[in-house]
Amino acid sequence: MSLSLKDVEHVAALARLGLTEQELETLRDQLSSILGHIEVLNQLDTDAISPTAQVIAVDNVMRDDTVEPSLAQDTVAGLAPRSYNGFIAVPAVLGGMDEEGA
Amino acid sequence: MSELTRITASEARQLLDNKAISAVELTDAHLDRITAVNGSVHGFLHVMTDVARRQAQAADDAIASGAGGPLTGIPVALKDILCTTDAPTTAASKILEGYVSPYDATVVRRLRDAGAVFLGKTNTDEFAMGSSTENSAFGPTRNPWNLDTVPGGSSGGSAAVVAARAAMLSLGSDTGGSIRQPAGFCGVVGLKPTYGRVSRFGLIAFASSLDQIGPFSRTVADAATFLTAISGKDPADSTSIDTEVPDFAADLPYDLKGRRIGIAREYTVDGMERGVSEAVETAIKTLGDLGAELVDVSLPHTEYALATYYITAPAEASANLARFDGIKYGNRREEATLQDTYLRTRGEGFGAEVKRRIMLGTYALSSGYYDAYYVKSQKVRTLIKQDFDKAFEQVDAIVAPTSPTVAFGIGARMDDPYQMYLADVFTIPANMAGIPGISVPCGLSNGLPVGLQFLGKAFDERSILAIAHAYEQASDWHTREPAAIN
Repeated sequence: MSLSLKDVEHVAALARLGLTEQELETLRDQLSSILGHIEVLNQLDTDAISPTAQVIAVDNVMRDDTVEPSLAQDTVAGLAPRSYNGFIAVPAVLGGMDEEGA
Repeated sequence: MSELTRITASEARQLLDNKAISAVELTDAHLDRITAVNGSVHGFLHVMTDVARRQAQAADDAIASGAGGPLTGIPVALKDILCTTDAPTTAASKILEGYVSPYDATVVRRLRDAGAVFLGKTNTDEFAMGSSTENSAFGPTRNPWNLDTVPGGSSGGSAAVVAARAAMLSLGSDTGGSIRQPAGFCGVVGLKPTYGRVSRFGLIAFASSLDQIGPFSRTVADAATFLTAISGKDPADSTSIDTEVPDFAADLPYDLKGRRIGIAREYTVDGMERGVSEAVETAIKTLGDLGAELVDVSLPHTEYALATYYITAPAEASANLARFDGIKYGNRREEATLQDTYLRTRGEGFGAEVKRRIMLGTYALSSGYYDAYYVKSQKVRTLIKQDFDKAFEQVDAIVAPTSPTVAFGIGARMDDPYQMYLADVFTIPANMAGIPGISVPCGLSNGLPVGLQFLGKAFDERSILAIAHAYEQASDWHTREPAAIN
């Protein structure tokens, strides 16, 4: 498995990771190498095998639909790097997306 | 070194209950020990001196009034990936430097309620991603047995501080071996419980279908006591299982009559260290001498576990770590737009290994590759689990080395990610299957500890604790102290 620089740039954009040229090149080589090792999985015929996403025998765990105390708004907003009147403050939301962004 | 840092938690329990020592004395002895060794070992990222002294005083008051429990006044260390309201929680990442959680992890709350004393938060590979603790943004931890070697990882700090007698007990988390492998490298006991046994609420998530919190200690009995204290259903973690929590420390046996222990030939690999093979063979002979019936079993898909893990774990991590975007908490590198803020915050906030895994996971989940990598690995996960199901029809537990080698040199594997990943080749299968595993010391190779691993059926921690305890009592490896820091 060999990745191109363009592949790596595409994945970095999906992951919202700002990487330097040097990092992109290193990751191209390292990811290609790791994916090469992972190709060992293709030795196994798994057509008739169902996938395992998790190993415990429970699903759709529900709780009663009742209101319970939660963290105070000021406490939570206070964790943000920037907050204003109990709200989280952020830079402009619109603009800045590249063609990958969605 | 004070004798009070050499004793086990169960010995300390007796001394505290008999009023031979106070929890304040016990805590101060450990805080002094931390001052003496943390400069060289660097197992703690934050020492909670004031909190510990307050808790120790409260423990003494509780004991005086007859209200103490098994952990009252016992000094413990917490991996810095468990949320605490009275100390920073950084996951050893710059992106969370200085972060203090507004809530406690469920395990932390349970230990508080049990009267334990918190010594501090221990070093880890960033977001628990690594096998050596060298991926910490705040510098590596060193192995107390030889300061030029790694303590293993990712819970290397939690293993090293127990080995260095700087904490009596500690908590770690194990996603692919991150408790058992450093326990083996540092010559202490490390237990990964069954997936679902211990609440993960307040554990900063790495790979949610694999992560499990568990104890480090110097004896199997102490690990059992600690496990009882942290186990059980938690409404805040829907994957925690509502099943009986036995007193794991009760009736630990001294022989293995009637126990069937499996030996899997697949737990041997090229490049396996001879000293490790020899120590494990000697230990297996001891198991036979103790009365265990040794049975050959086969786990044919073992060789595929590593590749399966390095798709599954990064895929889950890439989703979990999306929350670290510099908006709601943690550190932000603000740019003019939101998009550029995300890119710079995450690009500068995460270290190399975390970025590598986010990239690998994002790739495996991306359009066009999802079936070939992610679905494929989940199907192979089924085969790995079926191997164990079949083996456990024949045996009560499986014995194997914890790792193919002893601790390696600082820096030795940092240039080759895949070589680093191979350190977990014997521990990963248990996470894929969700089963419990324990590592106990079983020898030395070139002066460094060798770990012996027992794997058990889901929710049958009792069997592996029983077998590990009988082995431990028939050997003296758990009494050895690391020479490098005495």
